[in-house]
Amino acid sequence: MELSRRDAIAALGAVGAGAGAAYAVRELNDSPPGESSPDVETLIAAAEVVYPDEVTGLEGFVEAYARRRAAGGDDHARGVRAAIETMDDRAEAWYDAAFADLATEDRDSLLREMGVDTAAEAPDGSTAEQVRYYVVNDLLMALYASPTGGELVGIGNPRGHPGGTDSYRRGPRS
Amino acid sequence: MSGTASGADGRDRTPVPDADVCVVGAGPAGALVADRLAADHEVVVLDAGPRFNPGDRLDRQERAVRPAYDRPDVWEMGGPRDAHSASGERFYPLNHARVKGVGGSTLHWQGMVMRLHEADFSSGTKRGVGPNWPLDYADLRPYYAEAERAFGVSGADDNPFGPPREEPFPNPAFPPSHSDSLFAEACEELGIATHSVPNARNSEPYDGRGECVGYGTCQPVCPSGAKYDATVHVEDTERKGATVIDRARVTELAHGPDRIEAAVYVAPDGTEHRQRADAFVLAAGGVEIPRLLLLSASDHYPDGLANSSDAVGRYFTDHLFAGVGGVLEEPTRQNHVGFVTTESHQFYDEADETVAPFKLEFLNYAGPSPVELAMTGDDWGDELLGRLRESYGGHVAVGALVEQLPREDSYVGLDDGRTDDLGNPVPDVHWTVGDRALRTIERANEIQRDILAELGAEVNWTAGPGSTGPAYHHMGTTRMGEDPTESVVDPTLCTHDLENCWIASSSVFPTGGAVNPTLTIAALALLAADAVDEALVRSL
Ligand SMILES: Cc1cc2nc3c(=O)[nH]c(=O)nc-3n(C[C@H](O)[C@H](O)[C@H](O)COP(=O)(O)OP(=O)(O)OC[C@H]3O[C@@H](n4cnc5c(N)ncnc54)[C@H](O)[C@@H]3O)c2cc1C
Ligand code: SF4
Repeated sequence: MELSRRDAIAALGAVGAGAGAAYAVRELNDSPPGESSPDVETLIAAAEVVYPDEVTGLEGFVEAYARRRAAGGDDHARGVRAAIETMDDRAEAWYDAAFADLATEDRDSLLREMGVDTAAEAPDGSTAEQVRYYVVNDLLMALYASPTGGELVGIGNPRGHPGGTDSYRRGPRS
Repeated sequence: MSGTASGADGRDRTPVPDADVCVVGAGPAGALVADRLAADHEVVVLDAGPRFNPGDRLDRQERAVRPAYDRPDVWEMGGPRDAHSASGERFYPLNHARVKGVGGSTLHWQGMVMRLHEADFSSGTKRGVGPNWPLDYADLRPYYAEAERAFGVSGADDNPFGPPREEPFPNPAFPPSHSDSLFAEACEELGIATHSVPNARNSEPYDGRGECVGYGTCQPVCPSGAKYDATVHVEDTERKGATVIDRARVTELAHGPDRIEAAVYVAPDGTEHRQRADAFVLAAGGVEIPRLLLLSASDHYPDGLANSSDAVGRYFTDHLFAGVGGVLEEPTRQNHVGFVTTESHQFYDEADETVAPFKLEFLNYAGPSPVELAMTGDDWGDELLGRLRESYGGHVAVGALVEQLPREDSYVGLDDGRTDDLGNPVPDVHWTVGDRALRTIERANEIQRDILAELGAEVNWTAGPGSTGPAYHHMGTTRMGEDPTESVVDPTLCTHDLENCWIASSSVFPTGGAVNPTLTIAALALLAADAVDEALVRSL
């Protein structure tokens, strides 16, 4: 299933975006898709691990989403960047390459070796808990609160997405 | 002291000179009282909590969805300011059950709003248990209509068991959900009538606020403002000239034998102020109102202010939740919206001495929400998607709200062994539930199981007598009555003991019925405002 910029905008609409989601959505609409910053590369690389294979179009989605969630001067964006730095440090130390340059399986293994899979998210927690909060769960929330992510599971209007008041009334086949 | 700011944010929190009315609490009760009086009187509202920035609501929604945050975190409840005890038979999670701040607990609420049934006003006479109210449905009926307009209630006059009404609802009802239609069929087979639910959320644009856009996180936060909350009337009352002071914690009501003289409050910088006024309206909710009265004990009122009856804090009741949930083999499309669109009041008025009134609610949010589930667990990628697909799908659930009778041993007191950050004893909720309510939960469970069986669902959870919980409605703790030896306020909601102190809250309910309380709180708040107005005009 193809993720779109509309999904990213929807995902941003669904969560707090630091400086204010309305502003973020406007900015997203106005700015052309540009060069990915290194942070975005890492987030895309992480999304390739935590998103299901069925999802395509993930670069544009993550890029658009991350521009607001990871690039700002707010606490959340700082947290995302710090978590990314930790992932890169570990990747360099254990696999001799930046996280984004690792094979997908190695990225998966690295996150598991860091304990991110079993960690409960916590913005002020241990390294694993912070990576879970700022990277893994941020990406999962972005996906599963978007219309396309919801559709993957079978829910047209996921919690957190302002999908109107028609879908709750429709039956599964209409 | 007047004119100096008293808060790190530079806001002026000094008392208003020459105030006619001081309202304590800016939830729906306080906001509606203030709004009704502000055009003709100098009104000041003091609230213990902050003014939340409306621009932060999406951030709060993120807290509502993410596992790192607990419910009280969403509206910043649970710090030393909010310390409490719960030493009754059952634990009472007080900080899940209220919000402190401008807008009060409606910032967090679900927004189901019904009128009490006629028999609820005379439980003693009609059901043989509990006290009668000193008011009846006809007394409240015009105020109910006004309260519905204030909240912009979306509803339809299709409840065959509800009390009579003359006027239509301000907005059309939300149509039934897909799962409602499945329930309706099963209920029809069983001879159970279903009907729509009056909701304090806009099905159409109303009162300058937009229609519901389906965020689905109504409880604990509606980012769009389609769900009514009391900030609506706080803003209105400020436009009419009232002063609303946030982060003003009233710690004592200074008084003589017959009158309150001042509300003593503490600003964020620790400065203590005294707000004088001709009339005082206590609207701080069903736990903090009795606490404040108990904290204000004096030589004249050694057991607590306005407590000659010894009823302050007593008879604490809540509604009890009963529920049964299960899974169908077909998609039920849950968790698209966060509110309920079908109920049944069929069994409500079968209540008697042994069985309490209760209503059934057909949930639209049974089972886990996929986005929340996605953030917990040890999996990601395809494995996670598989788990989400498996867990989302066929969930169904029927809830119920059950009345609890007032009892002396269910009460809000002070815990003298524990203080808040200002050094005042914290409220202690001694919550005790009697047999009639527990029996009724069993009865509700039976009906719920019958409905799920008729639907063909496999039952996988039950909230029964052993696992029931409160619905977060704080009633009974300053009960209303004609007899000053048995009740705290009279039918105009003025305290029997003090001539210039009114109480607007579910704390005045003698019995709770089995509907959510806030429409009745609003109706009573409007009634209290009229009584205050009359008293002020009389004394001019
Ligand atoms: C999760 C949840 C869901 C709910 N759902 C529903 C529903 O669907 N339908 C329904 O009818 N009801 C519902 N309720 C209940 C509803 O929110 C309350 O009945 C309603 O808000 C009570 O209004 P109030 O103005 O009396 O008190 P509150 O809304 O609690 O407001 C009291 C205010 O007083 C202030 N205050 C307290 N102490 C002091 C003090 N010492 N000094 C100054 N200010 C003080 C507080 O800061 C607060 O802002 C729900 C509640 C919760 C928590
Ligand atoms: S579903 Fe609830 S949270 Fe969403 S817009 Fe409607 S009222 Fe607000």
